[in-house]
Amino acid sequence: MYAFTYERPKNIADAAKLLKKADDGKILAGGQTLLPAMKLRLASPGTLVDLSGIKGLSGIKKGGKDITIGAMTKHVEVMKSADVQKAIPALAHLVSLIGDPAVRNRGTIGGSLANNDPSADYPAAALGLGATIHTNKRKVDADKFFKGLFETALAGDEIIESVSFPVPEKAGYEKFPNPASRFALVGVFVSKSKDGVRVAVTGASESGVFRVKEMEAALAKNWSAKALDGIKVPAKNMIADLHGTAEYRAHLIGVMARRAVTAAG
Amino acid sequence: MPTVTVSVNGKSHTVDVAPETLLVELIREKLRLTGTHIGCDTSQCGACVVHVDGAAVKSCTMLAVSADGAKVTTIEGLANGSALHPMQEAFREHHGLQCGFCTPGMIMSAVDMVSRRGSELDERTIREELEGNICRCTGYHNIVKAVAAGAKAMKGGSKTARAAE
Repeated sequence: MYAFTYERPKNIADAAKLLKKADDGKILAGGQTLLPAMKLRLASPGTLVDLSGIKGLSGIKKGGKDITIGAMTKHVEVMKSADVQKAIPALAHLVSLIGDPAVRNRGTIGGSLANNDPSADYPAAALGLGATIHTNKRKVDADKFFKGLFETALAGDEIIESVSFPVPEKAGYEKFPNPASRFALVGVFVSKSKDGVRVAVTGASESGVFRVKEMEAALAKNWSAKALDGIKVPAKNMIADLHGTAEYRAHLIGVMARRAVTAAG
Repeated sequence: MPTVTVSVNGKSHTVDVAPETLLVELIREKLRLTGTHIGCDTSQCGACVVHVDGAAVKSCTMLAVSADGAKVTTIEGLANGSALHPMQEAFREHHGLQCGFCTPGMIMSAVDMVSRRGSELDERTIREELEGNICRCTGYHNIVKAVAAGAKAMKGGSKTARAAE
C-alpha cells in the first residue's frame, strides 16, 4: 500500500472541507473494498478521510412509511435489525448474502452504495425499492444516483449521510452467487408498492445496476412468477467473463426474477 | 505519525504507526504476535481473523489507526496458560488442520460463530459461516467436525475466551 495522509474529522462539515482540499482524497467507511484495492495498488488516494469519528452516521430508524439507515451502519447491524426484518425482510436477507461474517462486521451501506460495484448487492436493494440517498448537500433518488460502472451522482466532496428505503407491500431478492467470490453473478430485487413495481438487476450489466421495465409492466398487471414467462432480457451490454457468457447472465436474470417474485409471495 | 492505543489480549499497548499500517502488521510486526497469519492479499482467506471489540474481523482489511481504543483478541489470547481453549482442543482432537496455516483464523471465526449462533451448530450453518475462511489442505470435513465439537465443548461458557476480551 502506498503512503497517504490520514484524517479523522469529528463532523461532516470538516470531512467535506478535507475532501475538497485534498489532492485525490477518498472517504474511508468500512474499508472492505477500498483497503483491498489500496493493497493491490489499484487505488492510491493521497488522503483518506475516515468517517468513523463522526457521531450520528450510524443507526437504523423506523419511520411511518420508511426505514432510514445511517451511512456508516454495518451490514451485520442491518441484517440483525428487528425493524428491518419486520418491515423489509428482503433487505435483511440481501444483506445476509454480502461477503462473509467478518466482512459484514466492517462493511457499511454508505460505502457499498458510493462504490457502486456492478456486482454488489446493496445497489439492487436501493434501486429495487426506490430508495432516497441523503447526502450532505441534497437528496438523490436511487434512479438518479447510479451512473454506471463504479460511477455515482456523488460530487468529490459529497458524503452520503443516510439512505431511506420505502416499506413495500412485498419484496424479494434472489442471487446467483459467483461460487468463489460470492459476488452476484446475477442478483434480482423485486418489489411491489403503491408507487408500482420495481425489478432491479445487479451483477449482469457492464453499466452496473439497472431496472427491467418490461418485467415491471408484466408484474404490475399480474404479480406472479408466471407473468415473467417469455420475457427475454437482451444479452447486449451484459458482462461476459470466465464465470459466464453474456447470454448466460441474460438468461439468469429471468430465472432469478421468477424466484425473487416467488420468494416475495 | 499517529499514535494508537490498543488492548491486545488484555494488555494495553501504545505505539506509533504509519497511517498505511494494517492492523495485522501492528499485531505481527510491532507486537510480535505472529499467530495471526497473512494468507492472501485480497481479504478472502481469513487467516488473519481476530476479534475487535468482540466481533470477528479480517485484520488485513482494517487500518491499525482504526483500532485506536479497541480491545483486540488474537489466537494467542484464547488459551489459559498451557490449557488450550475448547475450540483449539477440538481442532487438535478432530485433526481439523494439516499444515496449520489457516488454523488461527478458522479458530477465531469459529469462536465468534459460537458467540453469535450458539453451541448447537449443524453442518450447513458451520460451512456457511466459514465462507470467509479458506483452507487448502483439509477439504474442510474435519474443520467442520472440529467446530461442531468445539462449540459443544464451549457450552457453559469458556472463561478463557471471554476473559481475554
